[in-house]
Amino acid sequence: MVLKIFYPQCCNLANSGLLIGSWIQGHNSAVVLAVVHYPFIPGQVKRYIQQVSTASGVKLSVLGSWSLPSEAEKGVENFLRDLRTIFPQDRWLQISRKMGQTGFNCSILDRSQGTILFVHYDQRNVMLSQLHPIQTEELDPSDSELRQVFQIVSLSQPLFLLDRYDDGPLKSTHWQSGGQEASIIVELLKMASVPLCLTISCLLHLLPLNFLCSKLSTCVQLSYRSDHLRALSSPKTAVGHSEFMRKANVLVSILVDMALGFLLMYWLYSDNHISMLANALVPAADHVAKELEELLQWLMGAPAGLKMNRALDEVLGRFFLYHIHLWISYIHLMSPFVETILWYGGLSAGLGLSFALALLSDMVALLTFHIYCFYVYGARLYCLKIYGLSSLWRLFRGKKWNVLRQRVDSCSYDLDQLFIGTLLFTILLFLFPTTALYYLVFTLLRLLVVVLQGILHLTVDLINSLPLFAVALRLTRFYRLAEGVKFSVLCDEPDTPLHLLMEINPLSCASVIKTYRTPTYSCYPKDSWTNLVKKLFVGELIYPWKHKTIKTD
Amino acid sequence: MCKSVLQCQHQILCTMEGESFTDINGTPIFLDCQSHSTFCREFTVTSPKVPVTKVIVFTCSIWLLAYAVFLFTEDTVVLTSAILITLVSMMLYVHLVKVEQETLFIIGSLGVQMSSSYASGRETTTFIELNKIKDIVINEAIYMHQIIYYLCVLLKDPSDPDAVSSVVPLFQLFCPPTLERTASTSPYHNIPAYFQVSGLNQRSPLQLTDKSLQPEL
Repeated sequence: MVLKIFYPQCCNLANSGLLIGSWIQGHNSAVVLAVVHYPFIPGQVKRYIQQVSTASGVKLSVLGSWSLPSEAEKGVENFLRDLRTIFPQDRWLQISRKMGQTGFNCSILDRSQGTILFVHYDQRNVMLSQLHPIQTEELDPSDSELRQVFQIVSLSQPLFLLDRYDDGPLKSTHWQSGGQEASIIVELLKMASVPLCLTISCLLHLLPLNFLCSKLSTCVQLSYRSDHLRALSSPKTAVGHSEFMRKANVLVSILVDMALGFLLMYWLYSDNHISMLANALVPAADHVAKELEELLQWLMGAPAGLKMNRALDEVLGRFFLYHIHLWISYIHLMSPFVETILWYGGLSAGLGLSFALALLSDMVALLTFHIYCFYVYGARLYCLKIYGLSSLWRLFRGKKWNVLRQRVDSCSYDLDQLFIGTLLFTILLFLFPTTALYYLVFTLLRLLVVVLQGILHLTVDLINSLPLFAVALRLTRFYRLAEGVKFSVLCDEPDTPLHLLMEINPLSCASVIKTYRTPTYSCYPKDSWTNLVKKLFVGELIYPWKHKTIKTD
Repeated sequence: MCKSVLQCQHQILCTMEGESFTDINGTPIFLDCQSHSTFCREFTVTSPKVPVTKVIVFTCSIWLLAYAVFLFTEDTVVLTSAILITLVSMMLYVHLVKVEQETLFIIGSLGVQMSSSYASGRETTTFIELNKIKDIVINEAIYMHQIIYYLCVLLKDPSDPDAVSSVVPLFQLFCPPTLERTASTSPYHNIPAYFQVSGLNQRSPLQLTDKSLQPEL
């Protein structure tokens, strides 16, 4: 049986003393957490271990003794062996190292001497690291060995609070024995965040944002962000790694969003860009209307050499032309107010770039409302025609659609029913190309607008869901997000046990983004491509961007 | 509790330092094995570096082609794009495709570690813990017109202890097309022999050697 001892690198050159650590349940291994030096009183050591065990929830104990004898200390080995009687243990490890020698020597008392394997680990990195896939924080004896090692080290934080500047009775060596590090900026931010959170939560209580309409994407984005702010400004601190990462990602995303929004505002309000945009908007709308009129004139003639039904063509064409005329008058009516509207709309970029994009998407939807109307008229007409044609085709063949059985059944019609049916069928069939052409043209225009809106929505979604904090953590402090470990051989001398170095294998960037993506109101199309094409063919109205409610974990 | 003991067969000594084999494409590769302890072994497969002649031929052919196009079009964009394409494709090849060395590190009672190092110095490592490993077997596959043998790890399914959740091939580089039966020349005999996990599964360890005694196809 191989006994594995996980030994921290910070204690490689520690003075002689007692090893404090924990045996891993279910496996033949032990984790050394700290070394307590001489002089100490055994009763105080036991009390200290008891205190730390209750504070951390980890079953700590004295594992054995460590000796790195300097010239002054002689006869330390015997003293260390005698300590065994004071701390009665099942197994007592006696690890020793001579100066100048890389490998350790270890002997286990009271057990048969099996092979020993030393695995060196960096205590600070392992303490801060989180193994993925993330599981519960408590120690579970059925977990794998490495996961238990990581959990034991991260839960033993109370043990690392004793540093060498303390005046207490015990002196120990661990990664933080040189003194705790803290950052003034972080402390100041923590103090400043308390009143800030209180003000934000008060503001959010005052403004009830729950009744907002769910059609306009600006309102949806507003309610989404207010939910986030409410979660952030709650007085409870984050419990567990996932919640902490979620909160941090949301905070960084909001800050980056607002920074980009301010940049956009700066660009908009400097150099008179707003008046330029406003002056360009009305002629652009005019231009679009003129192009549409030309298109309709082309359709009313002989488009692509096809011969249309003159009467139906004129009716439909005149109807749509009148619509465009109404639209143009409306735009001209609005033109003096466009600049003010744009000016106030630009202020929304102060809330964040995602708001500006959502507002832009809504404005695009409003400005192209006539295209949407045309599409609906064309689609309804086409849909009616298709259903009429299919039903009359069935009549032509002597069949009928059975609504009860949801299938096609044969049916005997009267002669006059057949006559009228065939007549109507011929009329609809010959009018079919005209309607189909109008439908095709307006569907293409509508799809163009939908694609534009889709791009804007996807950008907003990207800004909302990208876990920037997690990516930054992966790039700067890669040991915090661990996918696994990797081993390499440290020391392979013939007389000493094998020493391995355990390093943290960081998570790949793609997995980081996948694991820590903030859930958003997803606006991906809910139909697959085949369904979409089928709907287009039949003439059903398509709503590709349906807002789902935010998924809660 | 997982009781795993690595039984090293001392009769099969590591006689293969620096022995050369060929992989499926016919390029020669080297296998090296190092034993750090009775329960810890490291197997390294090295592939030879890209020969300079190939690099020169590749760059010259692309640049001559670009120059020919330039003579027709008289546009320097062709030349700059050819240079950029060569540089970027060589960098991507060296960083992502060309595996220089693969190492299989077997640590008794801890697990198996597989690491590949690329020609640009990048190293990717995966460590599989012992409690997730069901077995290490030699698997055969049909690749184009030949049958190749490759070493792979069977991983346990967490919900069903008897089922196999996934098969992870070790050694991307090293798939010999024929499996020689003599112990001294075949590389694949020795690797499972050093890793015989007793008590981990109900099958006998001889299963591993049985696979190697399949009739030659």
